[in-house]
Amino acid sequence: MMLIEASRLAMQAIVRNAFRSILTVLGVVIGVAAVIAMVAIGQGTTAEVTSQVSELGSDLLLIEPGSIVHSGPPRPAAPFSDRDVDAIRRQITGLDTVSPLVARSATLIFGNRNWVSTVQGVEAPYLDVVNYSLAAGRFFQDGELRSGLPVCVLGATPKTELFGNGDPIGASIRIRQMSCRVIGVLEAKGASLGQDRDDLVLTPLRTMQRRIAGSQDVDMIFATVRDPAAIARVQADIEALLRERRRIGPQEEDDFDVADMKEIATMLGDITTILTGLLAALAAISLLVGGIGIMNIMLVSVTERTREIGIRLAIGATSAQVLLQFLVEAVALSVIGGVIGIALGLGLAWGVTDWLGVPMVVDPRIIVLAFLFSAAVGVVFGFVPARRAARLDPIEALRHE
Amino acid sequence: MMDAGADGAPLIDLAGVTKVFGIGDIAVHALQGIDLQIRRGEFVAIMGPSGSGKSTAMNILGCLDQPSGGHYRFDGVEVGALNRDQRALLRRHFLGFVFQGYNLLSRTTAVENVELPLIYQGYARAERRAEALSALQRVGLAGRELHDPSELSGGQQQRVAIARAIVTQPEVLLADEPTGNLDTARGREIMDLITTLNRDEGLTVVMVTHDTDMAGYAHRIVRFRDGQIERVDAP
Repeated sequence: MMLIEASRLAMQAIVRNAFRSILTVLGVVIGVAAVIAMVAIGQGTTAEVTSQVSELGSDLLLIEPGSIVHSGPPRPAAPFSDRDVDAIRRQITGLDTVSPLVARSATLIFGNRNWVSTVQGVEAPYLDVVNYSLAAGRFFQDGELRSGLPVCVLGATPKTELFGNGDPIGASIRIRQMSCRVIGVLEAKGASLGQDRDDLVLTPLRTMQRRIAGSQDVDMIFATVRDPAAIARVQADIEALLRERRRIGPQEEDDFDVADMKEIATMLGDITTILTGLLAALAAISLLVGGIGIMNIMLVSVTERTREIGIRLAIGATSAQVLLQFLVEAVALSVIGGVIGIALGLGLAWGVTDWLGVPMVVDPRIIVLAFLFSAAVGVVFGFVPARRAARLDPIEALRHE
Repeated sequence: MMDAGADGAPLIDLAGVTKVFGIGDIAVHALQGIDLQIRRGEFVAIMGPSGSGKSTAMNILGCLDQPSGGHYRFDGVEVGALNRDQRALLRRHFLGFVFQGYNLLSRTTAVENVELPLIYQGYARAERRAEALSALQRVGLAGRELHDPSELSGGQQQRVAIARAIVTQPEVLLADEPTGNLDTARGREIMDLITTLNRDEGLTVVMVTHDTDMAGYAHRIVRFRDGQIERVDAP
């Protein structure tokens, strides 16, 4: 009964000072919005990473020079070469496919249009490894791969940029200085994690090395194992082979990395967790500041309304009732902030996940938690001003101007 | 035509009440042994120069303050033994206050101001509204229920305050210079209203005033000087 009256009074007081109330709850709004948005974006990103990694499969190993998984600054390391790829093919047992990759940024030109894209030199198993499929035309034939002929397969983005709705098959485009015949177009995959997965052009590895990169270097090697259960053994064999080939002493650390998808997923998950934690800490500070803002304005409100409090005490309000009135007002303020914050946070999460191309994951527990937390902010920071109001001497309060 | 209770024990009984503010050398003895009995249905005016202790006495009568010594019995209850919340309950159910400066809540309509004490009595909304409207009618403010205090004249604001004081059907109306901010004509209207409430509804009235004319409405005039009762007059 008194709680209903107190809520009604609180709403009256808040509406009467609408502008001040909005400024007061801004801290809580920002804090709650940040928490909601960060958690939703973090969880969406994790879900997307997990699904991409599982799409690549548990049988895939990623071999790269330098180190991506281990901590510390990246160290420069010599690239792999064709001979390393051959050695892995010949000496490691249990491998299904080995697929080297060389990637360079290059300008594509067709007629009067041009487009900067990533050109990837690849071999036959590559499409299967990364789960791309052809929308039109065909992939490279053995002869083209062996001889390094100037042919290419366009990703969906450069296809649209250069040809619009036209048919590119058979057309001749220029990649840097090389003239190159389009023989196929890849199926669109869409954007993910802020990256356009269709912005690429494939050429045979030989073509890439001879005509664009100008070296026998290999940037990265994808290897798939026949039996996913043996992946750890194969990983160790590749590491041992590469250490030997790269002449790394027994005491020295690897200057390359052989990672399975689980490792990469863990690493990306760790990064997401750290970022989420950091932003959550920022959000907590914002909530704290918001709470102090509410306390400040409630103290002002108690002073402003000293005479009102005196009148209420004179006509028979108990200290507890006055306390309740001001406490409910503080809680109402912070809960309003919380609700606005939740709405804003969800809107923000929707926008950002849409932009990143990751699914929006909303955990209802986080929303309930944010709501309860904002209410708690009101109770904690509203208590001191409310107690001050409840302890006023009615005679003094009535005399207050 | 006195109330039946007039024959029994006094409603208000001050016996040797003292009030000291501060301690030691700077102590101010605001009340120095007040003896005063007020029966149900009486209309008592308290007069006296500034600093004579009449306001302090009113605060004690209104249970807003505690005596330092002596006894204050309200309807047989020793007020000095009550804690802050118990005194609040006593005010809520038995006392009505009218102040010189009206003390209405601003930006709150007349009827909402009058409803205020009923909120603390736990009345349901509809019932509260009905009681408040009827109280406003009794003070002659029918038709002004939804006006804010700022839209009412001083006399009208004081009527709202009186309606707020009587809406709970209190035993005693404590009026602290109720006509102090009003011109003579408005003051007389307010005094007529208070007199009517006293005469027709048996409401006990204790009123502080500087104005001999206004004090003339009372049954008795208690004159304070230097923290003591100088004398009690009939008007």
